[in-house]
Amino acid sequence: MRGSPPTSALRLVLRGVSHAYRDLTVLDDISLDIPPGEVTVLVGPSGCGKSTLLGIMGGLLAPARGEVLCEGAVAEDCLNPLTYVFQEFSLLPWRTVAGNVSLVLENRLPREARRTRVEEVLRIAGLTEFARAWPRQLSGGMRQRVGIARALAVRPACLLMDEPLSALDAQTRALLLDEFCELIERAGTTTVYVTHNLAEAVRLGHQIVVLSRRPGRVRHIARIERPIAGRAASDPDLLAIEAELWRMIRDDAAAADREAAGAPA
Amino acid sequence: MRRLDGRVPFRGGGFSPRALPGTAAATLIGLVLLWQAGASAGLIPTLFLPPPAAIAVALYQLAISGELWRHLGASLQRLAIGWSLGTVAGLAVGLAVGLFSVARAPGMAVVSALFPIPKIALVPLFIIWFGIGEGSKDATLAFGVFFPTVISTAAGIDAVPRGLIRMAQSFSLPFWSIVGKVILPGALPAILSGFRVTASIAIILLVAAEMIGAERGIGAFVLSAGNLYDTDNLLAGIVMLSLLGLALSWVIGRLERALLGWR
Repeated sequence: MRGSPPTSALRLVLRGVSHAYRDLTVLDDISLDIPPGEVTVLVGPSGCGKSTLLGIMGGLLAPARGEVLCEGAVAEDCLNPLTYVFQEFSLLPWRTVAGNVSLVLENRLPREARRTRVEEVLRIAGLTEFARAWPRQLSGGMRQRVGIARALAVRPACLLMDEPLSALDAQTRALLLDEFCELIERAGTTTVYVTHNLAEAVRLGHQIVVLSRRPGRVRHIARIERPIAGRAASDPDLLAIEAELWRMIRDDAAAADREAAGAPA
Repeated sequence: MRRLDGRVPFRGGGFSPRALPGTAAATLIGLVLLWQAGASAGLIPTLFLPPPAAIAVALYQLAISGELWRHLGASLQRLAIGWSLGTVAGLAVGLAVGLFSVARAPGMAVVSALFPIPKIALVPLFIIWFGIGEGSKDATLAFGVFFPTVISTAAGIDAVPRGLIRMAQSFSLPFWSIVGKVILPGALPAILSGFRVTASIAIILLVAAEMIGAERGIGAFVLSAGNLYDTDNLLAGIVMLSLLGLALSWVIGRLERALLGWR
């Protein structure tokens, strides 16, 4: 993944966001600042409402209470300021790789510009030879590259990534994580990244938000100032932060797991 | 304790069906040959069941006299008009039921109430409404095709993965783009398999309607051959219906292969 165009960066501000599914409160009074041009990682035990919170940030879910505000200027060529990358890739199986990227540009760019844009983002994602392949012919890692290419095609001002690596095997995850780091650092787009994987969190995050188990509240915010490009998986400082985050989450995760199994917490 | 030495035996690969090329055609040809042999040997009374050769002769004579095309033409026209009317209306209502919550409960209530009525029972009513001519036959077919089309279209729309629709919404695609580019293509497999069902329903209703009040059409032809104890022609008519059904299913198969190549 190389050579990506300059992008705009938005700030997101969450004020007292709460959400419930029927009687089950999943998010409780979350206030948070997502600084422009930085990567904010949301971590927390299963069921703490990370993905729900991301859905609320991007306007795919209406919060029960509270609001999400965005601030900042958006470049002229930005077609979809808040853009998602999904865990399950969400590719249309009846469209080719190029067709899936083209989908989000149709009726927005003239034919020739669309073709150039599709070629450009497929090149960035390393998919040039797969432009005419069907999604079912691709591995999970390649499918998520299509998801990335599609997101980049609309020149987003804020990337919302919902466990983008969770459906992949460990090797593919490691490879794609390296590519994400490079891509995100270069693009400088505001990014919110949801994961349950703490190694991913410390590799990518400028700001790591730890949510408590359900009902999810902000429990801790860690900052890592070091540039993403310089971070290595084996860096002892990062490993120390990861261990500290794990200590924070471990008891909650175990309790959440017992709760999911139906036993008293 | 007992010893277990030697090569591990192969125990199977999960009952996976194998394609046996040619067996389908060979079975049909074999059955026809057996039938012919039984008739030739005098084991099958030919008045009650004429042999394949006699049916072939009857078909040939119908073809050269022009009778065949007269009846087939009338039936095909009714199929085309009745099926198309029912399908277009069914797709429209199915789309509304699948897409709009306000249409869902009322639409499904009407469909559930009217779908179980045997449409043949309505032919006399349609004759009163639309006359003894083409109108009542087209209406019978259209009515019979309409309900299964509504159901398969609405079910197809329900089966489109919600994640794909959320994805389209997350890229701010307009409503009708989502319908045209995500929902309809996603529902297409169910809609096309609905076509298979409605094509055979249409043939059944076609024959029934033609038996109640028609001079032309395969149904009318079969009925009048029966009245005359002309079993050669009767069976010839039935063979035409079978071939018609096969031809329709072949067309739908081609359509599926052309439109659903991505599967």
